[in-house]
Amino acid sequence: MHNSHYGWRSDAIERRAIIARFFESHDMATQRGAPDLSQIPLPRGIVPLAIAGALVVWLLYSALFTVPAESVGVIQRFGHYHSEVEPGLHIKWPFGIDRVTLVPVKRQLKEEFGFSTPGATFGDQASAPNQWVLETTMVTGDLNTALVEWIIQFRIEVPFDFLFNVRDPGDTLRDVSESVMREVIGDRTVDEVLTIGRQDIESTAQVKLQDVVNKYEMGLRIDQIQLKNVNPPEPVQESFDRVNEAQQERERMINDARGEYNKAVPRARGEADQGIQAAEGYAIQRVNKAEGDVQRFNALLAEYLKAPEVTKRRLYLETLNEVLPRVDAKVIVDESASSVLPLLQLDTAKSRVEQ
Amino acid sequence: MKSLNMASAVILVLLVLAGIVASQALYTVDETERVIITQFGRPVGDVIDEAGLKMKVPFIQTVNRIEKRILVWDGSANDMPTKDKLYITVDTFGRWRIKDSLQYFLRLRDERSAQSRLEDILGSETRNAVAKHELIEIVRTSKDRSPEVDPMLADVDISTLLPITKGRQSIEADIFDAASGKLAEFGIELLDIRFKRINYNESVRQKIYARMISERDQIAERFRSEGAGEAARINGDKERDLQKITSEAYRKIQTIQGQADAKATDIYARSYNQSPAAADLYEFVKTLETYQSVIDSNTTLVLSTDSDLMRLVKTMGAAE
Repeated sequence: MHNSHYGWRSDAIERRAIIARFFESHDMATQRGAPDLSQIPLPRGIVPLAIAGALVVWLLYSALFTVPAESVGVIQRFGHYHSEVEPGLHIKWPFGIDRVTLVPVKRQLKEEFGFSTPGATFGDQASAPNQWVLETTMVTGDLNTALVEWIIQFRIEVPFDFLFNVRDPGDTLRDVSESVMREVIGDRTVDEVLTIGRQDIESTAQVKLQDVVNKYEMGLRIDQIQLKNVNPPEPVQESFDRVNEAQQERERMINDARGEYNKAVPRARGEADQGIQAAEGYAIQRVNKAEGDVQRFNALLAEYLKAPEVTKRRLYLETLNEVLPRVDAKVIVDESASSVLPLLQLDTAKSRVEQ
Repeated sequence: MKSLNMASAVILVLLVLAGIVASQALYTVDETERVIITQFGRPVGDVIDEAGLKMKVPFIQTVNRIEKRILVWDGSANDMPTKDKLYITVDTFGRWRIKDSLQYFLRLRDERSAQSRLEDILGSETRNAVAKHELIEIVRTSKDRSPEVDPMLADVDISTLLPITKGRQSIEADIFDAASGKLAEFGIELLDIRFKRINYNESVRQKIYARMISERDQIAERFRSEGAGEAARINGDKERDLQKITSEAYRKIQTIQGQADAKATDIYARSYNQSPAAADLYEFVKTLETYQSVIDSNTTLVLSTDSDLMRLVKTMGAAE
């Protein structure tokens, strides 16, 4: 498309073609020839009438125009800027004396960098797909590389400036936007670009872009700059993924260790409490037992003190009475017997006989 | 009828002639252009700056339209080395306009030759400027910006913004200053020149990627090591807490039990030592209790007739 601009006659027709491409506009001033009536055989006398009629139709067609609601019409008379008209039906001088260019001042326009959404109504909205990689590849302030996709949203604020100050305003805006975005990215680290610095980049780039646009008096207002996909270059992508994985792994390791901690420590606390409670139980039992034993002993002592010998003997005999029946082998020997050993054999001899 | 036809034919011819003359004498000037009138190729009169309907001498004079708007020069992307011997692809663009229309018209005639002159001058000035500076000077703009750092990466040793002494805008200004004088001779006013794209050349790119990868790997290792370290710390905490809990419990248990034992011993002692008779009784009762537990069915009991119990077996005589 650039070739056409190099021509010496970059005249109004060419510009209208650009504007038309720009906004799918229908330029009311495009001259259209009157219907060719010569081929139609008609009775004499009708011909002048028909010519007159055709002239009137042409006149009306050429003089009337409508401005859609979202636009203003810029009228040029013999090429000289004349006026702007609001949306609605209007009359102008016919036959190319007045020319109207529609400028969609109320429409929000968009330029996309590094990608394209379908249904663009604006010629410079996106570049050709083979430009996308070049458009997005940027060098960061730590001399790394990042791929940055973004869009700018803007409006035409001053139609006169937009039409007459800069040729190819859409293309100019694309160039300036690319330059400004790289200036902003160039002052940031790759980590800022990829993660935490996005909003800062958007707002800084918007301010800088608006400055340049104002400097050229392009008649545009930049509403917004939005970063879209921001990625490291393809060959590096994997290593960035590895960082994310490592980050996940770190979290997992920490969580696992915390899990182990939480599994062991509260349980140990409970078990410790259990041991302490048991010890306290033991203490109570020990003291109570001692006190019980002592009570019992004291009661016995009181009886004993009344008749010590008898009580002692009673206790002795009572105990033997209880104990002796349990014993199978009881040997009673005379005090004069020299040895008890032979007698002890008796027990085994007796069991042998029984067999 | 015939003379009438003749007359109307003459009028028609005159009208057509008048139309042709008018179309040659009248022309319009758009808001976006200036016009230079040439006569047999030589400019005559002033440059027409005002838009509107104008008149000239028909047939002899020609209208030459000169663009009035800001124009683009979109440089082609060129590979060039920086001062630090890095090959980069530089794509620049500039804005310009025709300031001295007559000069421009005489020296360049048309926009095609203007563009090629711009390419020559700006291209070589760009090359000069790039060769005189290190890459970082072309990439960065502000000298004193300190980057935001992700708190997660706060103590990771990664490359940060490299320092600069001039910066991109200042180099752009250098190119602008060097070129605008040369272009003024052609009636061209250079409005600005900006770097549009700066990319690593294919040969450099692989090295840059390798560096980025190693840097990321380093960060990944860092994360892993942090994870292992933190896990070890938590495990240590666990061990310490477990030891503390069990040992403290042991201490408490022993204390409680010891105190209870002491108290019980005290209770017993106070009771059994209250008088010699009590001590005597305690010893006697305790001995009997021992019989209870020691003597069972497996015991062989040899009882002498001399014993207290069996005395009567030998003799009826009462104890002496």
